[in-house]
Amino acid sequence: MEELNIEFLADDFEFVGDKQDITIDQVLPSKPAWKDAIDRFCKNKGAVIGLICIAIIILFAIFAPMISKWEFDDINTALANIKPCAQHIFGTDSYGRDLFVRTWKGTRISLFIACVAIVIDVVVGMIYGLISGYFGGKVDAIMQRFQEIVNSIPTLVVLTLLLMVMKSSLFTIIVALSFTEWIGMSRITRAQVLKIKEEEFVLASRTLGASSFFIIFKEILPNIYSQLIIMVMMSIPNAIFYEAYLSFVGLGLPIPAASLGTLINDGFDKITVYPYQMVIPVVVFSILMLSFNLVGDGLRDALDPTMKEM
Amino acid sequence: MIQNGETLLHIKDLHISFKTDGGQLKAIRGVDLKLKKGETVAIVGESGSGKSVTTKAIMGILASNGHIDSGSIKYRWTDEETNEDKEVDLVTCGEDFLQKEIRGRKIAMVFQDPMTSLNPTMTIGNQIMEPMIHHYHMSKQEAYDRAVELLKEVGITDAEKRMKNYPHQLSGGMRQRIVIAIALSCDPYVLICDEPTTALDVTIQAKILELIQDIQKKKELSVIYITHDLGVVAKVADYVNVMYAGKIVETGTVDEIFYDPRHPYTWGLLSSMPDLNTEDDELYTIPGTPPNLIHEVKGDAFAPRNKYALNIDLRMEPPVFNVEGSKTHKVASWLMHPNAPKVEMPIELKKRLEKMKEESKNV
Amino acid sequence: MSKSTLKYIGKRLLISIATLFIILVVLFLMVKFLPGSPINNEKLSAGARAAIEAKYGLDKPIPVQFVYYVKSMLTGDFGVSYNMYKDMKVATLVGKAAKISFMYGIIAVIIGTIIGMALGVFAALHKNTIWDTLATALSVLGVSIPSFVFAMLILIVFASKLKILPTGYSSRNAIVSSIMPISALSVGVIANVARFTRTEMVSVLNSEYMTLAKAKGLDRKTLIMKHALRNSLIPVITILGPILVNLMTGTMVVEKICSVPGLGKLLVNSITSNDINIILACSFLYAAMYIIMMLIIDVSYGIIDPRIRLGKDE
Repeated sequence: MEELNIEFLADDFEFVGDKQDITIDQVLPSKPAWKDAIDRFCKNKGAVIGLICIAIIILFAIFAPMISKWEFDDINTALANIKPCAQHIFGTDSYGRDLFVRTWKGTRISLFIACVAIVIDVVVGMIYGLISGYFGGKVDAIMQRFQEIVNSIPTLVVLTLLLMVMKSSLFTIIVALSFTEWIGMSRITRAQVLKIKEEEFVLASRTLGASSFFIIFKEILPNIYSQLIIMVMMSIPNAIFYEAYLSFVGLGLPIPAASLGTLINDGFDKITVYPYQMVIPVVVFSILMLSFNLVGDGLRDALDPTMKEM
Repeated sequence: MIQNGETLLHIKDLHISFKTDGGQLKAIRGVDLKLKKGETVAIVGESGSGKSVTTKAIMGILASNGHIDSGSIKYRWTDEETNEDKEVDLVTCGEDFLQKEIRGRKIAMVFQDPMTSLNPTMTIGNQIMEPMIHHYHMSKQEAYDRAVELLKEVGITDAEKRMKNYPHQLSGGMRQRIVIAIALSCDPYVLICDEPTTALDVTIQAKILELIQDIQKKKELSVIYITHDLGVVAKVADYVNVMYAGKIVETGTVDEIFYDPRHPYTWGLLSSMPDLNTEDDELYTIPGTPPNLIHEVKGDAFAPRNKYALNIDLRMEPPVFNVEGSKTHKVASWLMHPNAPKVEMPIELKKRLEKMKEESKNV
Repeated sequence: MSKSTLKYIGKRLLISIATLFIILVVLFLMVKFLPGSPINNEKLSAGARAAIEAKYGLDKPIPVQFVYYVKSMLTGDFGVSYNMYKDMKVATLVGKAAKISFMYGIIAVIIGTIIGMALGVFAALHKNTIWDTLATALSVLGVSIPSFVFAMLILIVFASKLKILPTGYSSRNAIVSSIMPISALSVGVIANVARFTRTEMVSVLNSEYMTLAKAKGLDRKTLIMKHALRNSLIPVITILGPILVNLMTGTMVVEKICSVPGLGKLLVNSITSNDINIILACSFLYAAMYIIMMLIIDVSYGIIDPRIRLGKDE
């Protein structure tokens, strides 16, 4: 034994005894899950920047057209094709309409489409997936075949069909969206339900005589909500793109309404002469898309740490 | 030439830390360990005590955020050509040397979960042949023949047919045999078994243990066993190291640890071993949870869970005390200090150990 | 290939054919029940109109027309154009356009997948370094911003400002004029594949079997080439489906921007001029292509990945 050069205190070799309670398991102070998720989200710089951008864009979309002294359909050929200046921050188009107002009006449409997408996701996709996954058996088989067939029709063909029967309008876009938008969501929901359904606590609840309705809303939904939120966030940029895409192909909103897609389309015709007419809506559109994607990624990492790269 | 009983592997005052989101995690806080030729050393402890980290450090396969802060891992071997004894410090020898000379070739490892430790898209045969071709530049045919031989050695029937199989086509026990075959493929001197039976069915566990023991005898291997299962330790080990919170708190021969344990943590571990024969109604468990090593540990890390904690435990880390009358038995606890009050192990445990002793004599 | 694999492929094939048939029926009915006549000429007298309709067989009951259409379709005859290109064979028109579109699509997928995989592997190998951040940022950008924006950017910068690339397609200068649309289309593929590959590669590198492979004493190159790459690249096949869908929608706008006479442009034009035979043929071709691709992806994944291939044998 090596010599120990330690000054011992008088009570060093007495038992700690009752001064410490070892019989109780120390419960580590744990944060609630949602708070933990918010913390993780806030640590993700890209996601926070995305969220701020979305907030700014929403504010502009709401207030810019209200404050501006121009209307989105004020035609004044005398003021046509003015480059961005103090009067017209984003310039004017070939009809002399103020592009600042039109751009933010168009953003409103994109945001509206985003809301529609959320509604479709939740109302159609989620419910479809819940029913299919929860009830299983024949119901599931039929619903899955139907979904497979709808899913194997390319969006492009769906569009073609719709455009032959309906006039191009916001309504057409919404119908087109509701045709394809729900599929991704229903798949995720179904997969999650199938997984959760097998868990002990659902089984326990069922043994205790809980109704299907109760199990779905009280046992299953609270356990899959993070997956669903992630999916909804991921489908928003998709829907926004869809509108822009349709408008750009010339199948979007009718004149004189403005959406980011129609603005880009109009600007594209004069791209060589007045590039700002296209560049500005493209920039707003791109920032919007990027922000939603960043927030979606951030949410995925925050809500589902298992999916986060290790 | 290194003789049986000479030290092959000597870990001295090893410190390892991991960078995590929460801060610096000091996983290993001064570990000393010796492995002698032909012997089996077991490391026992709760999960998170640093058992696996220690062995991964030997192989140089720590996760990318892990870092050896200080200490040495001395490894000795006899050069096959010149017959000279050589020694190298695995901490400082560099990645290239580890990869070419140590890993797979001199020290091999059997992993915990055979379900995930084999490459799912590569045939069994290729996975066994690979290290031989890589280290010894064997021809494909040579390696193939040797692999078939190895498969037979680890008790796999239909070896030729299995060579073409993919991991998912085999059962867990079979896969663990394959992992062992891979580990043996380059004739290593040291075999590290990281909980080799934890993920397996109880019925298979004994067979795998026997297999490892047989091979160890045949090939004169030195084995490091990592486990939390004291039943396994009693069966296979010569020496036992009890690890807690990144330190070895008690070390000794199997008999010393099982029949004369001194550290309260070892008492706890032995008491919590399930046993069919005891009439105790309650299974003893160690209260509390292991400390979070991100925070600085003051004093004895086990003190907050220790019924026999002394005041000094709370402010000063205990040194290693030798147990009187033994060269091998060492304990890191202030209870071993001459000034400390005499503490006996719990009476139930004492009874139980005596009974075990009786039984082992009868066998 | 084992019996069960063949059976599986056969079943998938049947479902695909059934789906295609359903699509064809729906398309045909939609086209037939459209308001107005497919013959776009206001000046025609009722008699002349009836004569033309008789000539094209449009006076017969719809089921008869459908059977007739399917019959001739199977021989490669998709009817003639009613309005846009008077009486020209639709098969020729669509065939010409499809050749360009599919070539662009396939080249974009190949280029995009290769670059995307390389970028994803690179990012994963340099995880948590500036290179990783850069690659990740690039791929988020590529995923978020649709291909037509890239097409416009390339158009503005390289065609109108720098004048390096031509603004439109010309068959005489096919290769140079293809650079713009193909690069615009590849961006999305690169970004998607890179993101996915990175995630896969990171999880493979952290897997237990990589630790075991490392414990075997393999060098870094062998570890990555023989163990990590294969396992992280195989799953990329699974996202080629969604990528193809994106690409199809992408071609339509990119073709418009780069004035490429492809299938997308033909479809848009035929919709605006109500040329039903072209609409039918284009839509059907898109659907067929899509379904065939999905089938190939599904089957090839099963063949390449031993877990799935052999899983079915058990």
